[in-house]
Amino acid sequence: MAERADRQVTHRSHVSYIDKSREYYEASGYDQPYRWAAFNEAPFTPLTKPLAECNVAVITTTYLHHHDSAHGAPATDKVVYHHPVADRPERMFTSDLSWDKQATHTDDPESFLPLGALTALVEDGKIGQLNHRFFGVPTEYSQRRTGLDAATIGEWCAEDQVDIALLVPL
Amino acid sequence: MVIGSARDIVEECGVARMLFVDFPLGNPCGKPGDRAMQQSIISLALDVVDTAIAPRTTVQAPVHWGSDNWRSAFMEVGDHNIEALRAAGAKRREAQVTS
Repeated sequence: MAERADRQVTHRSHVSYIDKSREYYEASGYDQPYRWAAFNEAPFTPLTKPLAECNVAVITTTYLHHHDSAHGAPATDKVVYHHPVADRPERMFTSDLSWDKQATHTDDPESFLPLGALTALVEDGKIGQLNHRFFGVPTEYSQRRTGLDAATIGEWCAEDQVDIALLVPL
Repeated sequence: MVIGSARDIVEECGVARMLFVDFPLGNPCGKPGDRAMQQSIISLALDVVDTAIAPRTTVQAPVHWGSDNWRSAFMEVGDHNIEALRAAGAKRREAQVTS
C-alpha cells in the first residue's frame, strides 16, 4: 500500500534566496540585482585518511563582538580572525547578518558554531580532534575581498594541518 | 564542506560538498537548544565529507522545522508592504549619499 505523503506542495518548497533577495531589493528601488558568484568548476579533494584521525576546523561568518557602527561599535571593517576553541563563546554577534529574525534566533551558538558538537564527536572517537582555533570571515559584498580572506584562512588551515574545514555561513 | 540553509546560493557558487539543512536562515547546525539534533547534523556532515565521490555533492539533512510559514514570510514583497519597502529603500540611499 502506498505511503501517505507528509505534505503536499504546489510549488518547489526550497526557498530561493537569490530570487527572494532580488525581488526584495528591486521592490526597495535598487535596479541592479546582486550578481552572485557562480563557478563552472567546483574543487574536490577526497578524504585520504579515516575520520577518526582527522583534525577538523570550523569557519564562521559570525563575530565575537559588535562590528557594526549602527550597533554602537566603532566603524571598523570586519577582518578575518581566529579564536581558541578552549575559550568557547557563550554568544556571538549576528545582528548585522541577514538571517531570519522573525522565525528564529541565534542565542545558542551551537546552532551555527558547532564547537560543542565536535568536542562530543572527538570524545566518541568519530573524529581525531577539533582544531585548537576556529576561524571567522566577514560577509563581504565584494567577491574579490572574500577571495583574499579565503586565502588567509587557507594558510591558517595549512599551518594547523587541518584535514577537514566545516564552513557554516549564516 | 558547507553546512547551510541557502541551498541555491551555495549550489550556484559550486562547492565540493554541502549538507543542506532546510531551516530558516540562522540555525544551520540544528535548532537552538536541541543538542541531539545538532550533534546528528554535524555527524552527518562528517559522513558526507568521508563518503562523497565527486564535487557538488549535496545531501539534505533529515530534519524538519515544524512549520512552513517562514518560507514565504522571509523578505516578503506584496501589496501590503511595497510602498513601505520603496520608502525605506529611498531613505537608505539618501543616507548613503550624505554619509
